[in-house]
Amino acid sequence: MKKTEIEFTLNGKKKKVEVKPSDLLINLIREELYLTGTKYACGIGECGACTVLLDGEPVLSCLTLAITVAGKEITTIEGLAQDEELHPLQRAFLEQGAVQCGFCTPGMILTATALLKEKPQATEEEIRDYMRGNLCRCTGYVQIIKAIKSCTTGGEN
Amino acid sequence: MSEFKIVGKPIPREDARAKAKGELKYADDFSLPGMLYGKVLHSKYPAAKIISIDTTKAKQLPGVHAVLTARDVPHNETITRFGQSAEVGKGFEGLYRVLADKKVRFRGEAVALVAADTEEIAEEAAALIEVNYEPLPGVFDPVEAMKPGAYLVGEGDSNIICKFGCSQGDIKKGFAEAEVIIEDTYQVPFVDHAYLETEGGVAWIDEKEVINIRVGSQVIEHFRDVAEVLGLPHNQVRYIGTMMGGGFGGKEDITVETYLALLTWKTKKPVRLFYTREESILCHSKRHPFIMHYKVGAKKDGRLVALEAELISDAGAYPYLSPWVNLYATVNAAGPYCIPNVKINTYCVLTNNTFTSANRGFGAPQPNVAYESLMDELAYKLKIDPLEIRRKNCITTGKSLSTTGQVFNTYVALPEVAEKAWKALGETKKVEDKNKRIGRGLAIGLMSYGRMTFLHDTSRCYVRLESDGSVLIRSGIPDLGGGQVSLLCQIAAEELGVPMSKIRIYYSDTALTPLAGTTTATRQTYMSGNATLKAAREIKKRIIQKAAEMMNVNPEKLVIGEEKIIVKYDSAQYLPLLEVIKACNTEGIELFCEAQFKGPFTMVPDLSNIRGTIFPDFTFGAQAVEISVDIETGQVEVLKLVTCYDVGKAINPLSVEGQMEGGSIYGMGYALMEEVVMEKGVTLTPSFSEYIIPTAADVPEVEAILVESGGGLGPYGAKGIGEPSCSIIAPAILNAIYDAVGVRIKSLPATPEKIIRALKKHYFEGR
Repeated sequence: MKKTEIEFTLNGKKKKVEVKPSDLLINLIREELYLTGTKYACGIGECGACTVLLDGEPVLSCLTLAITVAGKEITTIEGLAQDEELHPLQRAFLEQGAVQCGFCTPGMILTATALLKEKPQATEEEIRDYMRGNLCRCTGYVQIIKAIKSCTTGGEN
Repeated sequence: MSEFKIVGKPIPREDARAKAKGELKYADDFSLPGMLYGKVLHSKYPAAKIISIDTTKAKQLPGVHAVLTARDVPHNETITRFGQSAEVGKGFEGLYRVLADKKVRFRGEAVALVAADTEEIAEEAAALIEVNYEPLPGVFDPVEAMKPGAYLVGEGDSNIICKFGCSQGDIKKGFAEAEVIIEDTYQVPFVDHAYLETEGGVAWIDEKEVINIRVGSQVIEHFRDVAEVLGLPHNQVRYIGTMMGGGFGGKEDITVETYLALLTWKTKKPVRLFYTREESILCHSKRHPFIMHYKVGAKKDGRLVALEAELISDAGAYPYLSPWVNLYATVNAAGPYCIPNVKINTYCVLTNNTFTSANRGFGAPQPNVAYESLMDELAYKLKIDPLEIRRKNCITTGKSLSTTGQVFNTYVALPEVAEKAWKALGETKKVEDKNKRIGRGLAIGLMSYGRMTFLHDTSRCYVRLESDGSVLIRSGIPDLGGGQVSLLCQIAAEELGVPMSKIRIYYSDTALTPLAGTTTATRQTYMSGNATLKAAREIKKRIIQKAAEMMNVNPEKLVIGEEKIIVKYDSAQYLPLLEVIKACNTEGIELFCEAQFKGPFTMVPDLSNIRGTIFPDFTFGAQAVEISVDIETGQVEVLKLVTCYDVGKAINPLSVEGQMEGGSIYGMGYALMEEVVMEKGVTLTPSFSEYIIPTAADVPEVEAILVESGGGLGPYGAKGIGEPSCSIIAPAILNAIYDAVGVRIKSLPATPEKIIRALKKHYFEGR
């Protein structure tokens, strides 16, 4: 299949890559650009582990064609912390014990980033509803919800 | 007891930062130059004869490096072993067959392996392998499979792979004395582990001709089994275990390691192989379904006098851990109750379903569903409060387990946890919806931590205090996400008086780290925690001895903390740790230690009547729920969930709470939504669209209550919590459904359909 050159911004940096029309964004990110923080867990959009931000909106990279991100801005989990300074959500996940096996964590944190941008004052009910597409098998979600809540304006901490 | 500096504090785990930043390299996040991609061809029939396999076309496809079938495997059939150091006899051994040969036993069984330049080519090559099958009838119901003349799944003359029994008292006399008898049958389904990280890894051969397998595994001791398949010495196969994206027992058996080893051995190139979600659901182990016939007898005042149970479980197509799982079920079958007359018989049967093996809780959650439902039934029948009937009958300190007779000499927290869980439900929630009925349920239970004592379990750990005061730990411990690795860091930090930031740990490597045994059986806090404690304390002893000489005080007067050796009650008098290390190094005093912790050892029990000590110790807990049932839709909503366990000592309360909450929701999925549906051996639920697990939106308010009796066998009195935490929530939910709408669901999961059907029967047809 013919490859097309695309340009996009990845974690704040311009990238130029060649992709086939059928290439998935998850494979571009993981296999070509070696950012393995984005996780494969179902491959068909059922679990949220491969979530990345596309112009600030959470998308499933396993269902997104790489070619469609041309000219857009992608943020993966690696792009969230500023050098050694963790993103407030990353810190909250650590402090609340919301990271167990950690496989859902990148997707969870990125989805939560979008949630907090959309609804900085999200209630617990809204958090549960917004996060329902991101599966976690370890935590029972309790500490994850606590961690997100602690980052809302008016949340504890 | 001295005051803890690090133990007992809710601190972030050692591994959490890298995980939150997306920097931790799991098994699938690793690649090597020139790496090939492996693919497994799975059987499309659950039962069939393999007439022939033609790999010609697959081999001719450009980019294909190897196509392997059973005849290419040096030792295709071996005996399953699980890292035990003792010979345990035939009763626990099963056939491990790498690739199907002559006959397939389940749909999804591995038939051939492919390695190719890309994943796409490997997939294409697998499709080009021509397997000529002759379908066989097969058998899919364990009860049918037990009957004489049934289709034989394996090569033996019976499908029954194990029979266990245990009894005490006189069961006939017991039922004769009973004033009320309840008899019923309960059923639980196949379920999947549904960890987010599927099975997989990368293998390569190094310059020493050692096969290295970098993989997510709960049992790195399988390096020996892989070596035996290849006919190599044990030291020519090395496992490098990665942090796992969840395990729950599903990475306890060999998953893809043998395939990786074979493909890299044949091609001499690095190979990567990962299961898709569909492969994971179709081809790896499931939790055992059980059919459980129970009969319970009690006096009118609620005192239990007799319990008889027959448990039949479905092993699926190969034994794997079935005998062990069924032993757990047998030991747990009479629950945490004092019953003078007990008789349990357990049968485990091969069928042509996907094979079953370990799943969090092992064989405990299944019988717990039956006996705790029956206790509830008894309470209603005798008009006794659910808490009261449990308090009246539960095991207390000094009493014994009714199945095996093992005596509990340490604190048995059952009455305490039952009361705490039940009372913590608080005031009944108000629900506006007229169709919704509120109900409450309670369940109590016990579960072992630590492996069966006749396995002669050990764990080892190496600790070294560096010349700059930092600490290095080497332990073979696999971490499936429960915080096993971080726990060892915390113990070493506490004992050597250094902050967590000064600890580095290397883990899960069969060549370079001392073997710590399996991350299974809720054993790592207990076993490897104690091994680390022993190693760190040995170094501490030497440091304190040296400091005592330097300070000219009695060593008993010294304590270690905040990188100082301090005179007790006089914190102004101290030596910096660094100074003492310097002095030790100058004199050649060893500031390193590899220690081994040994669990209690017993003989293999009589399997027809299992009595005596089988497990080192038990964890006791209670779970209570408040739920609503919509009588129009049958939908159950859990409103509040309380989980209360005596954890002995919470070394990291954040991790312990995480286990208790996560375990509860794992069990809630079992109760209400999860089932791997198999129709004549064909899985109808191969993705998360059909196999539904709880989401953030399903989770109720959860309250975790930690009781810390200090009575455990682990470091600082800790007990294990990983598996006990999920083992009794299902019956608590079933009991709450009965309390809400008066129908008793006797088969999991309690789906809206089952509840509506039961409600119809209850209201319109009478019971």
